[in-house]
Amino acid sequence: MVQLRSVTKSFGGSSAAVLDVSFHLKKGEFAFLTGASGAGKTTILKLVHMLDRPTSGEVRVSRYSSSRIRRRDLPDLRRRVGYVFQDFRLLENLTAEENVAFALQVTGISKAKIGPRVQKLLNQVGLAARARALPRELSGGEQQRVAVARALANEPLVLLADEPTGNLDERASAGVLGLFQRINASGTSVLMATHDSEILRRHRNVRVIELEQGRLVFDSAGGTAA
Amino acid sequence: MRPLREALAGMRRAPVLTFLSLMAIGLSVFSIGLFALTAHNIDVALSNVEGRVEVVAYLRDDASEELIEIARHEIESYPEVQAARYISKVEALYEASRELTEFSDVYSDLEVNPLPASLEISLRPDFRTPSDVEAVADRVSTDHFVEEARYGREWVDRIYSLRRVAGGAATILGLSFALGAALLIGIAVRMSVLARAREIAIMQIVGATDAYIRRPFLIEGLLTGVGGGLLALAMTFGAYQAVERTLVSLAWLPDLWTTAGLAFAGLLGMLAADRAVRRELRRLDVY
Repeated sequence: MVQLRSVTKSFGGSSAAVLDVSFHLKKGEFAFLTGASGAGKTTILKLVHMLDRPTSGEVRVSRYSSSRIRRRDLPDLRRRVGYVFQDFRLLENLTAEENVAFALQVTGISKAKIGPRVQKLLNQVGLAARARALPRELSGGEQQRVAVARALANEPLVLLADEPTGNLDERASAGVLGLFQRINASGTSVLMATHDSEILRRHRNVRVIELEQGRLVFDSAGGTAA
Repeated sequence: MRPLREALAGMRRAPVLTFLSLMAIGLSVFSIGLFALTAHNIDVALSNVEGRVEVVAYLRDDASEELIEIARHEIESYPEVQAARYISKVEALYEASRELTEFSDVYSDLEVNPLPASLEISLRPDFRTPSDVEAVADRVSTDHFVEEARYGREWVDRIYSLRRVAGGAATILGLSFALGAALLIGIAVRMSVLARAREIAIMQIVGATDAYIRRPFLIEGLLTGVGGGLLALAMTFGAYQAVERTLVSLAWLPDLWTTAGLAFAGLLGMLAADRAVRRELRRLDVY
């Protein structure tokens, strides 16, 4: 589903943001991508979403490869890979349901199909009652749920989440994590970046991929890297 | 419909920026409007003077009126000639006494009319260059009943060089104004695109195609351009009326010019928006 082969990403400085990282996230798998700030977690997620190009190595997502993908294929890839950010990135002038509908409108599907699908997604994230609220009228946890609903709008094969609980209190964090687990249970792979050790402690059964200064130093699926 | 709806929504969401863009475009196109008004009025004035360029063929006294009429028709069939008017000896004397009143006594004492009959040949607008005027004069003077063909060579040469200088200056100034307007419109639209960079990034993340993202911006650029153009047109008309009322009578711009001006502003707005969005898309996406 998602495969990184000897991926290095350098931004021109003396040290690489990601150095020779390889791992494989299978279909329906849940994994935490962990490490201190600056370890390279966000860079990995951006590489998987093909918002960035590796300096060397290859990133494969479904049938797309970073070394061969054409610009016109990017929209299709992005619809297959949902992305949730720490800061939610909702459009401030649109309501919760409009933010979710937005992700469907860009694919060109008919208006008649969008309404029911948005309803279903907001139900799924437990926000049906807040559909008409603007982002500023929602709590952090609620905004993150809208962002998750938006990321799920096009039934992605993989969900990427970059510190999705970073701005949330404990209760909202637990809610969002529970949501991810339910999404994962329905067959969507989840790769979630976090540096919250409490989350890792509570979910010991979930695969952990640990980065340190851009290098993969531990992968619970394959042991400690050399 | 969606791109138009989103373009209008985008403009409503940032009213201050929309107003500033409209003003920037309006003022820059206004400078072109003022320049066009000046250039057009210089052109009208020169055309009026040029309209008076004519070749006068003085006729021999023994030429019969029938022959002269045939020759007049023949001259009028020249591609360069607009009209040929016959002035008889009597008319020539009458006009001379009317125009040169200080010699009226001399004219009234004459026993024989010394003034020759003539053909006053006016030329079509495209054939008023010195070489064309000279060619017509030369050709007419070969007719056996023509004593002499004259035209104000020096005057024709001067008007012709004046038009060339005015034309060259108008082209250079017009292009400079257009370039200035294009730059200002580009900056105004780029500001509007940058203000929505976050929205563009989110659209990319959820899988919008480049064309889908660009379309509302193109329409917004077009609307802002045409809106700024209309504003400029209103300001130019205001300036025209103010000058008309207080200083001098002016000719208003031809419809073709005003339509072309609006189309120019709209097109510039659209091109500037396209360039700005493409640049933003490239900045956000590395593939």
